[in-house]
Amino acid sequence: MTTTALPAVEADVSARPPPRKANRPMLRRRSAIPGFGVTLGVTVAILSCIVLIPLSAVVIRSTGQGPAEFLDAAFSPRALAAYRLSFGAALVGALVNGLFGLPTAWALVRYDFPGKGLVNAVIDLPFALPTAVAGIALATIYAPNGWVGALLAPAGIKVAYTPLGVMVALTFIGLPFVVRTLEPVVRDLSTDVEEAAASLGASRFATMRRVILPALGPAWLTGFAMAFARAVGEYGSVIFIAGNMPYKSEIAPLLIIIELEQYDYAGAATVAVVMLAVSFLMLFVINGVQAWARRHT
Amino acid sequence: MSGRARHPTEDAWWVKALILGVVLVFLGLVLVLPVAAVFVEALRKGLPAALEAMADPDALAAIRLTLLTALIAVPFNAAFGVCAAWAVAKHEFRFKSFLITLIDLPFSVSPVVAGLIYVLVFGAQGWFGDWLIEHDIKVIFAVPGIVLATIFVTFPFVARELIPLMQEQGVDEEEAAVSLGASGLRTFFSVTAPNIRWGLLYGVLLCNARAMGEFGAVSVVSGHIRGLTNTMPLHVEILYNEYNFVGAFAVAALLCFLAIVTLALKTVLEMVQPHTRPARH
Repeated sequence: MTTTALPAVEADVSARPPPRKANRPMLRRRSAIPGFGVTLGVTVAILSCIVLIPLSAVVIRSTGQGPAEFLDAAFSPRALAAYRLSFGAALVGALVNGLFGLPTAWALVRYDFPGKGLVNAVIDLPFALPTAVAGIALATIYAPNGWVGALLAPAGIKVAYTPLGVMVALTFIGLPFVVRTLEPVVRDLSTDVEEAAASLGASRFATMRRVILPALGPAWLTGFAMAFARAVGEYGSVIFIAGNMPYKSEIAPLLIIIELEQYDYAGAATVAVVMLAVSFLMLFVINGVQAWARRHT
Repeated sequence: MSGRARHPTEDAWWVKALILGVVLVFLGLVLVLPVAAVFVEALRKGLPAALEAMADPDALAAIRLTLLTALIAVPFNAAFGVCAAWAVAKHEFRFKSFLITLIDLPFSVSPVVAGLIYVLVFGAQGWFGDWLIEHDIKVIFAVPGIVLATIFVTFPFVARELIPLMQEQGVDEEEAAVSLGASGLRTFFSVTAPNIRWGLLYGVLLCNARAMGEFGAVSVVSGHIRGLTNTMPLHVEILYNEYNFVGAFAVAALLCFLAIVTLALKTVLEMVQPHTRPARH
């Protein structure tokens, strides 16, 4: 925020009416609209009580045990296996969503087809459906005697109660992020550029590859990162289908719960801190990509 | 390349068919199949068995607790969202974008961690553990903990919806009202509220769906006491783990129904007020 030299006297209400310019940067414009102090105060107070202070508890608890214990708990073999599964499966889920989310967003914006309104509503199902419901449904479908599981069983593919099942659940959870982030960008995509490319002799495929996909890149990356971030912490839809075997099919959030049940509060807090750190890193990356996209479009 | 009337920005018919085919099969497999499975499994032993499972006293207690939790958490977050949006969207101040990031923070926290933080604060070994035991107040493994965890995971929904909306609408109307002598509250209820009601409803809708369906965070703080601290999703888990599949899927079908109603209302609201912002959670 650049501080333009604005004498305090002139900023006073008595100096009105100054011509209002949009986005005038300053510390705090004296606004005619009342309630700033109260609403900001209440906002910050509630935010602190509900979010910030409790979140600080997990950091304080995990760092209160000394660096050696912290590292032991944070990077024990069992914790490492859990991170590997949580992050690896989240990555696969986000990639699958990236792969199928792009044509989905494209079809929703560019094509007209019967039932489009329904398809559009169905996309948000993972936001609306409780995760435990999705979890037991997926576990049932992909169990060896389930609708899909029975088809895969003869081929020797086991989905439920294996890491593959975790990937399926995390794909379910992340899909709307990719589609809903891409959709407005596809809609805003100017057809002029495509027409120009076509009139210059580019094939539809070349236009797709050279013009359309690069323009969608930042939004795709944002959606991918959001799907990944959500999947890393996901619990409800995963535990029913995962199998939950230590070192094999145990996700990091489940490890937190198990340590909590064994009254290992510091251990649980430590794994939580590692996951929080990764989440904040993802948040940082997402904001960075969005800022970069704004500058370059 | 037969080059007839097809516009250069329009995909060839076979490209359309291919993309649509892939998309519909994928969505069918990933999204529709699980919902269908819930209803099929719930009705496996017929409708009476499913209805009986829903009318079970423990199921009814779970439904009551879920409704109670949403009834506290959703209005709380709606009030917070309006308050935060008023401060953020109608005024200019330093660290504004930082404050918005902090309000968004619960979306980036794993639900399990959301439960854990309250155990560390209010649990028997937590910061206020001794004090709470002394005064015989139960937060963790009791209803207050469930409500707190639910408030945390649904915290940003309304604020996220209202802040961009109110920023778009600007301050001109409010300034006019104030300059004509209206009080702050009067300005809000007569000028701002009518402008934001659909956005508010949209945020409340999404907030409510998540509040009623939250599993991870609530699971950590609930203690799973049947008939006392089990919400609907937790009750589903217990029944499922007891191999009572008809019961589990019957309660799950109720939650599924809630999700479908939510999506239908959301579609209607989007028709009333077109949405361009990407949805989150």
